[in-house]
Amino acid sequence: MHPFAFSQVSTVTAALNAGARDGRYIAGGTTLVDLMRETVERPAHVVDINGLPYKDITVTRQGLQVGSLVRMGELAAHQEVRATYPLLSQALELGASAQLRNMASIGGNIMQRPRCPYFRDVHSACNRRDPGSGCDARHGDNRMQAILGTSTHCVATHPSDLAVALVALDAVIHVRSLDGTRSIPVQDFFLRPGDTPRNEHSLRPGELITSLTVPAGAHTRRSGYLKVRDRQSYEFALASAAVALDIRGGVVRAAKVAVGGVATVPWRLPKVEEALVGRRPGRRTWTAAAAHAAEGAVPLSENAFKVKLVERTVRRQLMTIGGQ
Amino acid sequence: MSETFDEATTIKRRTFVAASTAAAGLPLLTSDRLPASASVSTPTPADRHSTVRLTVNGEQRTAQVDNRTSLLDLLREHLDLPGTKKGCDQGACGACTVLVDDRRVNACLTLAVMHQGARVTTIEGLARGEQLHPLQQAFIDHDGLQCGYCTPGQVLSGVACIAEGHTGSREEIREWMSGNLCRCGAYTNIVSAIEQTAKEA
Repeated sequence: MHPFAFSQVSTVTAALNAGARDGRYIAGGTTLVDLMRETVERPAHVVDINGLPYKDITVTRQGLQVGSLVRMGELAAHQEVRATYPLLSQALELGASAQLRNMASIGGNIMQRPRCPYFRDVHSACNRRDPGSGCDARHGDNRMQAILGTSTHCVATHPSDLAVALVALDAVIHVRSLDGTRSIPVQDFFLRPGDTPRNEHSLRPGELITSLTVPAGAHTRRSGYLKVRDRQSYEFALASAAVALDIRGGVVRAAKVAVGGVATVPWRLPKVEEALVGRRPGRRTWTAAAAHAAEGAVPLSENAFKVKLVERTVRRQLMTIGGQ
Repeated sequence: MSETFDEATTIKRRTFVAASTAAAGLPLLTSDRLPASASVSTPTPADRHSTVRLTVNGEQRTAQVDNRTSLLDLLREHLDLPGTKKGCDQGACGACTVLVDDRRVNACLTLAVMHQGARVTTIEGLARGEQLHPLQQAFIDHDGLQCGYCTPGQVLSGVACIAEGHTGSREEIREWMSGNLCRCGAYTNIVSAIEQTAKEA
């Protein structure tokens, strides 16, 4: 780990001033400390923001508001969230371990960096870590890598389960800097690697995530997360599906579907949603819609299995949420 | 064995040298006071160290540490509490599990300097004198270990698992203990120890 200066801030102004001077915010530290130890991250100044007031969870008729410093475990355990936004609590509890969920903040969760082994190993070529160095993952051990949203420069999957649920539920990320505040729809927050894989999100230098909001809707209660992985618990997804459905009068009125473990960013599936809305719930509808799940996939040498896997993961979760 | 010993000695000596170098006129970083070199790419030696004050197993402890020191290394290398184990040092195995303000965390993935004023419980702090914590006794009764390296983390995680109420079934215990790996494979008996202790709690 490279040496760094450390400070704790208890006011937003102090945090933003430090952020404007290249201070690196730390909350839970579960990603940052890990990557600093691997020397993938080398901040000169680490700013502990745990003293800031972004720790509230509020559920109203308009929706859910979550402070960026709320811990994963806290949000997952919140009774109203469990009842009204089961997709969120399930995505959270299927991620990491009880210990990590006690540490990791909601803001930090969506700022997670890739788990690609070549990104984490400073001796490998990685365009995301070291732009222009190449990508050892493409023709290397690529079983866990993405099949959607990839480029010739990067094929790393986005690791967050929560982010997949947030993308399905049209969440909004609220940020603050010395220039003021702004709100970013979560769909625009995560950036595909393209020619600039180093740019993972649309935050500007020094900006701090203060909260996120999830709009209310008839679909949020009938929602859930399915995660398929190599071991039953404490593992990243091979494929996952976030599904929220509004079914009334024997018809699907609204459908929100996103997948994880297969794409470079949390991946919304508008074609699957189009194939659901206006249809009668049932096995035939679910199967026909799920057939669109992997459209546009570009498999690598070892991960072609993810094409069928993600279709079946979506279909199974549609059956679970929508009924057989 | 001697290799491990040498390595530990080296680390301690290095830490000591670093701490002594920085001791003279070390600025104590209070809230909102940023180091003078905050915007400079390489922090000065004085900025790289901090004083940490926290409560460990009921005792007030103070240590001068390099900011890079994890909570795990603070416990093991500075406070002479080697009961908390270093397995993977990257949050994948749970051997370093301790309680911070009664919540279980991985001590390897958090910096010591982030825990000013915190209340930490390690395996050394669970027994009351000669009286083992009920879960420690249950691990013995159920043979919930083989090599024992993961055991301190398993026990602290199990104490929290019981306090959280995630012990409704063996399946629930397994899910909520999944952050603690045991390469000997003592899982069946670990679950039994937690199950029994939860029932008697």
